[in-house]
Amino acid sequence: MNPALLLLSSSTLVHLSPVDLVIIVFYFALVLAIGLYLKEQANTGEDFFMAGREMTAWVAGLAFLSANLGSLELMGWAGNSYKYGILAAHWYWIGAIPAMLFLALVMMPFYHICKTHSVPGYLKLRFGPGAQAISSVSFAFMTVLMSGINMYAMAVVMKVVLGWDLNFSILISSITVAIYVALGGLRSAIFNEVLQFFLIWAGALLIPILGLIEAGGWDGMKAKIFQNLSEMHVANPGAYTHAWSTLGHFSDNPMGINWVGIVFGLGAVISMGYWTTDFLVVQRVLAAKDLRSAKLAPIIGAAFKMMVPFIVILPGLLGLALLRDPQGHLLRLVPADLAWSPAGQAQGLHGYDEVLPLMLARYCGPGLLGLGITALVAGFMSGMAGNVSAFTTVWTYDIYGALINKNASDESKVKMGRWVTIIGVVISIGTAYLVMNAQSIMDYVQELFSFFIAPLFGTVILGMLWKRATPAGGWAGLLAGTLSSVGMYTWVKLDHSAVRYVALSMDAQDQAQNMFRALWCCSICVIVTVVVSYLTRPKPDSELKDLVYGLTPLPPEEHVSMFHSPLFWGAVVAVAFIVLQIIFW
Amino acid sequence: MKTGGSLSIWFFVGVSLAVNGAVILATGLYELSSPPEHAVVLRNLHANIWWGALLFVLGLYFSIRYSPARERARLAGNS
Repeated sequence: MNPALLLLSSSTLVHLSPVDLVIIVFYFALVLAIGLYLKEQANTGEDFFMAGREMTAWVAGLAFLSANLGSLELMGWAGNSYKYGILAAHWYWIGAIPAMLFLALVMMPFYHICKTHSVPGYLKLRFGPGAQAISSVSFAFMTVLMSGINMYAMAVVMKVVLGWDLNFSILISSITVAIYVALGGLRSAIFNEVLQFFLIWAGALLIPILGLIEAGGWDGMKAKIFQNLSEMHVANPGAYTHAWSTLGHFSDNPMGINWVGIVFGLGAVISMGYWTTDFLVVQRVLAAKDLRSAKLAPIIGAAFKMMVPFIVILPGLLGLALLRDPQGHLLRLVPADLAWSPAGQAQGLHGYDEVLPLMLARYCGPGLLGLGITALVAGFMSGMAGNVSAFTTVWTYDIYGALINKNASDESKVKMGRWVTIIGVVISIGTAYLVMNAQSIMDYVQELFSFFIAPLFGTVILGMLWKRATPAGGWAGLLAGTLSSVGMYTWVKLDHSAVRYVALSMDAQDQAQNMFRALWCCSICVIVTVVVSYLTRPKPDSELKDLVYGLTPLPPEEHVSMFHSPLFWGAVVAVAFIVLQIIFW
Repeated sequence: MKTGGSLSIWFFVGVSLAVNGAVILATGLYELSSPPEHAVVLRNLHANIWWGALLFVLGLYFSIRYSPARERARLAGNS
């Protein structure tokens, strides 16, 4: 398609100039050049699937974070902060930092020492092929499905924001990702994720800076939010700028959640499950060159993760404070399905997820706008590349190598990896068109995916810390936890009054329901694992060496200076995390 | 730091920031003489000039610090 055709009609949110297009085209050219350059360095399985296990802490740490910054993370959470206020920042703070530090300091030694290629690979070593099969098949299936769903979501956003054709967005982004991942494997994905990390910050950081200047600083912004929400007769307008003080009761905050859901549902289960067992992010850390780098990488990721609310949550809050329509009236954003419906489009409504592009268009002229759009595209592509590279590894090692061709050579695995990358992208494209015709699938699958990792965390953590956990216990617990999460979700969908049992309150909004459902299914997984383990024969200690705490001789800490010690930097990040909670209490 | 031959990831980051910064800075300077039709909010702060300059300088630093010639020399020194 001629790039000139991409220039926008008057109905789109922002208008790109030729300078903006130059910046976007340069980005695509650079990521393809990186893929071509790295092709020669992806000849063995270790190179292609694990990036040679030679990444420094900084590279692995930034890629670890960038893989998560993808998909709809940027616009989705900016939209959530517009909808729920600063409570959305919990997904970056208590919903990430403790788990990332736990991964770094407690779990990473086990992943690193057993030299697994994947999380399902660890489950095979610890619990046997049954748990590996459940985990790898569900992960591969959900990953490629999620990749397609995010691709479609990206295309919709690009259509609404820029007026780009849906097919054009899907094909260009997916072909680019397929080329650079198929050529350079995980190393290429990681290189591009680091590049995308910088572009995301370069493109998005200006919005909060200029927004705070316009709003009159943090206090000015708070006052404007309070005034605007009061004008709109929103209950508890002050709750939008306090992270903890409104969590005493479900009805005191816009999310309809209490501190139990945030601390235990989000902080202890969902977050721990995602950051410590979701192979999409863990794979980046497994590529670190040594144990100290593997421990430092999540800590570096955590330090930057704490700052992401500045470019994601703050623009949402600034949108609440500053956005007005052309007549000068307060601009009230609405749910996406309403905004993107024909009626909503006719009325000129905007969805919550459009708050970031709206703020971008507010402050960024030619050039800066192109960089901002590049940041959004880079976010989508890093997330998609993360999904595809994780899918490729799990398919090749945990399905093809474990179930189909157990004697596959290293060379054939690399060949399989390149083909599966392309096949994974093709399936993702198919999924994107599938959800185009049945959009409700998108919401269901995105929510369900988050539930699968909650029981997986229960299984992995018991496997690492409790030697009495048996293969039968691990398999049964994982299955029971997964089925119970699907069951609770279906129950609420069929009978909404079940929310009072699943989420303890009828005030609970979607996110609150997710937190409690994760808490219950993880608890069920743990209980079933413990009960079945006590009823079955444990593995002998000799078979658990390098897999379980207490039976794994951890290498002695290197004698490094305090400033090179993971423990020291972990403590620094933990203190900064606590200070942030107090500041925004 | 061996992260993929003689071209470091930081070199690619530097090139990207330098090129983007240069384009944004040049656009900002051009707009001083030819203001755009649709002005953005806080245009008087000329964000594209100082933000573009910042990215350009940062990108230039990374590009030089991790240039292929320096990386080859460093790798040769390590081996």
